Amino acid sequence: MSPPAGPERVATLALDRGPARAAARARWRRTRVLLGAGGARLGAAILLATAACAAVPGLLAPLDPNEQRLLARFTPPASRTADGTLAVLGTDQLGRDILSRVIHGARTSVLIGLSAVLLAGALGTGLGLAAGIRGGPWDHAVMRLADLQFAFPFILLAITVIGVLGPSIRNIVLVVGLSNWCAYARVVRAETLALRERAFVDAARALGAPLGRVVWRHVLPNVSASLIVVATFGVAGAILTEAGLSFLGLGVPLEIPSWGGMLAEGRQFVDTRYWLALFPGAALFVTVMGINLLGDALRDALDPHLQTGQTRASVDRL
Amino acid sequence: MIAYLAQRLAWALAVLLAISAVVFLVVHLSGDPAALYMGPEGTRADYEILRHALGFDRPLPVQYAEFLGRAVQGDFGRSLRHRQPTLPLVLARFPATAALALAALALAAALALPLGIVAAVRRGSLADSAAMVLALAGQCMPTFWLGILLILAFAVKLRWVPVYGGEGALTLVLPAVTLGVWAMARTARITRSSMLEVLNQDFLRTARAKGIAEPAVVLRHALRNGAIPVVTALGLELGNLLGGAVITEAVFAYPGVGRLAVEAVVNKDVPLIQAVVVTVAAVLLALNVLIDLAYVALDPRIRLGHRHAG
Repeated sequence: MSPPAGPERVATLALDRGPARAAARARWRRTRVLLGAGGARLGAAILLATAACAAVPGLLAPLDPNEQRLLARFTPPASRTADGTLAVLGTDQLGRDILSRVIHGARTSVLIGLSAVLLAGALGTGLGLAAGIRGGPWDHAVMRLADLQFAFPFILLAITVIGVLGPSIRNIVLVVGLSNWCAYARVVRAETLALRERAFVDAARALGAPLGRVVWRHVLPNVSASLIVVATFGVAGAILTEAGLSFLGLGVPLEIPSWGGMLAEGRQFVDTRYWLALFPGAALFVTVMGINLLGDALRDALDPHLQTGQTRASVDRL
Repeated sequence: MIAYLAQRLAWALAVLLAISAVVFLVVHLSGDPAALYMGPEGTRADYEILRHALGFDRPLPVQYAEFLGRAVQGDFGRSLRHRQPTLPLVLARFPATAALALAALALAAALALPLGIVAAVRRGSLADSAAMVLALAGQCMPTFWLGILLILAFAVKLRWVPVYGGEGALTLVLPAVTLGVWAMARTARITRSSMLEVLNQDFLRTARAKGIAEPAVVLRHALRNGAIPVVTALGLELGNLLGGAVITEAVFAYPGVGRLAVEAVVNKDVPLIQAVVVTVAAVLLALNVLIDLAYVALDPRIRLGHRHAG
């Protein structure tokens, strides 16, 4: 049946609009809930893939990431090189296989991201606990130190340190780790201050538990949810920072495949060979997106107090 | 108010002193600057002469005191590479970076506020989800990759702007978009959550009950109160913008302070490194003091001691 035309149709539409809109809205709300859960699932799937690449790059990559094949330079994606091998994502200016380099680059990113966050988290948690439990001058000193750190032009200091010490994975982890502790210290301190007043902590103290045990058994487990959330976003921040430093040539040494380093090389050929820069950047974007999606879901699940934007805001980023 | 200002200024000076000390230590303790500059091909005698001429053979505290004494007078020494006083070199690059950062910030605010407000007012709607997906994508986007993608699209494919360099305001567009996206994404999220908090409060119901039109309620009554965290966030964004500027300038070969800093580091130009870091830190700290004052002006409840650190 054809829809009514003219004034009749206008009338039908006007009548239908209310309920139809409500139904559409309800439908959209359901989709949104699914999308929300889907976001977490998507994030987890992306991270699983990244973790697999980072764990066994040699098994997944079709070729040696550093093998130079000068006859196969600048092979476009999805085409065969002169020796007949398929270059799925193309080859770079030295004929290295970009897919293999992207897969091996995941190891660099994950390694540096996790190590830097471990360092920053350990340092920040220690200082935050000291500030929250001891209070007084400790609290004052730690918070001033955090303020100081916050006022530092991080990137300038980072490139200076790496420029002087020389680019290496260890130096990046040190620089990123040592400059990102404040986010953890602030969260741990705030939660510790609240926990200190709670009855179960009082009870443990009253029963004669030593301070170390109270912290380890009663305070730390209650802080861990927030810590995990901050740390998740911290990994994303650290990976982006590493890539940024590598992009500037002040990160991972060139012989180790890294997404930032590949982007820097690809930048030089962007006007004619887009694929050199496109794929490592996409890998970086997708990985960071995965971490953030998972982080959002973790925050909603573990810690409803932390607000959107606030957690990420406190994690330094290039 | 005066006491507050004095306290903030004293704190800024202390931070600046700490930064200068850290940079000085990093540059001098982790290697011999004279050797760094000379490289492997210099002879022992040349090295001793250079070391003495640059004053690197004296005790570190003496060198630092002298460095501070001269820095206060605006003398950061001569650039080893450019053979010129460093401070004018740094200051000459500032207008370009300031233009870039301001354009990026303006772009971010112009897009983020409407996005955040609409998302909050129409919470749970398609517009809300679209705005938040956009914000998420913006936050996950590596600055340098976005820059390269923009170059690919607008310089290589469409040929609207030159791939490298160029003249006039046109050269500012792609770098400003690149730099502004992250600030935009974050500010949109903060605007949304801040507006959501304000929108359900009693004084808005009163305003509506008085018959004030909804746009006026949102823009005049809600936004005024919701804007405070947004202003803070935009202020804090300045530091991030500077960090992003280092990368953005590298992507677009844009002649700003960030590129000067990277060049100084790559060339191991010690006086220039010190001049860039200390000058940029001083500018950032001064801006932060100004933002603190703006914050006080916006919210009279804030007084010394009641403000959360950071």
